[in-house]
Amino acid sequence: MDFSVVVRNLDFLILQGLLGFGNFVGGTLRLAIPAIVLGFVLGIFVGLGRLARSPWIRIPATVYVEFFRGVPLVMVIFWFWFIIPVLLRVALPEYGVALTAFVVFEAAYLGEIVRAGIQSVPRGQMEAATATGLTQTQTMLYVILPQALRNMIPALVTQFIVLFKDPSLASIIGYVDLTKAAQIVNNREIRPFELYLFIAVVYWLCTYSMSLYARYLEKRLTPA
Amino acid sequence: MVEFQRVNKWYGSLHVLREISLRIEQGEVVVVCGPSGSGKSTLIRCVNGLEPIQSGEIVVGGKRLSDPSLDMTALRAEIGFVFQQFNLYPHLSVMENIVLAPLKVKKAPRPEAEKIARRLLERVGIPDKASAYPANLSGGQQQRVAIARALAMQPKIMLFDEPTSALDPEMISEVLEVMTDLAKDGMTMVVVTHEMGFARRVAHRVLFMDEGQIVEEGDPQRFFDSPASPRTKQFLSKILSH
Repeated sequence: MDFSVVVRNLDFLILQGLLGFGNFVGGTLRLAIPAIVLGFVLGIFVGLGRLARSPWIRIPATVYVEFFRGVPLVMVIFWFWFIIPVLLRVALPEYGVALTAFVVFEAAYLGEIVRAGIQSVPRGQMEAATATGLTQTQTMLYVILPQALRNMIPALVTQFIVLFKDPSLASIIGYVDLTKAAQIVNNREIRPFELYLFIAVVYWLCTYSMSLYARYLEKRLTPA
Repeated sequence: MVEFQRVNKWYGSLHVLREISLRIEQGEVVVVCGPSGSGKSTLIRCVNGLEPIQSGEIVVGGKRLSDPSLDMTALRAEIGFVFQQFNLYPHLSVMENIVLAPLKVKKAPRPEAEKIARRLLERVGIPDKASAYPANLSGGQQQRVAIARALAMQPKIMLFDEPTSALDPEMISEVLEVMTDLAKDGMTMVVVTHEMGFARRVAHRVLFMDEGQIVEEGDPQRFFDSPASPRTKQFLSKILSH
């Protein structure tokens, strides 16, 4: 066991692989963080759409969820990689393709979490807000969503953790995330045990801190 | 103030309101009683449109609920509603529970809304609970906050849906006292309840419902002392016997 290989390649692994600053398009966090934020925003709309009274909104939202949940993320990445240039007559860069694929794909899962979260809020809350004259949008914004979000935290964090590790799938279009960076180093140094153990620790530290933050948030959002 | 004209409502094939016709005058306190499933809760939930009706007409403050141009949200703001399960917002403090609708619906300035809220908390007897959260209050206190929340919109009428049914016995009286005060101040009230003592003391009129119909109505004294319908007699003997 010789961990000097990790030390020698630390800047490449962390800067390029984890953060995305380097000569290659890549970075686990650089893809995961915007994907989580944008995917969640889109997911809220998908989740609300699933609960809409109008079938013109509800049915497309349901089809969206069922479709993207049913296909692998790698395939979605491939589609955007090959189909967008044909349809739009512009070639998207790797980062654009990967981010679009992630957001579109994750919004289906997150939308279901949002839907379940909203449905977990007792009906009486909606009725009470309606009875005081709040509009549907105000009711959603001030009464239902704040309670729903708190109930969603455990499921959301699980999904965010899954998503955090998924940039490795974008390596099929040349995206250099943490796993790919380790692979590149290993091809040169042939130290698989040390390298893959090291990135496992990095992954674990990141996801575990997400868990800890979620626990803190859940506690803080539980009223008194 | 409120008028029902031959109102019918079904849940699927279940006929929950049958040809209900009813007038409630301004300042009147009406108690609605009856066995569970008789349609009494549904009756008052129709007044602010929480439940749609299938035929007939409901007129509230001169406005027809069936009118497609009616601003239902604005109308609801004038109708206070108190639920059996309180339905306070658990993520907001007592103060925020009360000021939410005045701030968002009436666009009231916050200092004014809070001033009104504090006065209402005083009126319902819990002036020191403004910063507490619902989970830290007793059931009776929660229901009194719910009444304050409804009053904060300065409604023209208050509807109560079994406001004491979810409370421990020793907390019932504190809620009924608040409601009695409200009635004395001239508030128009429709109260679905089994509290017959309250009905006798406070109501101007008592309605008895069974199977979606108003079986009997009258002033409390006549209603309790000499009910006409055998169904009413049977009901009263059951709930007054213990």
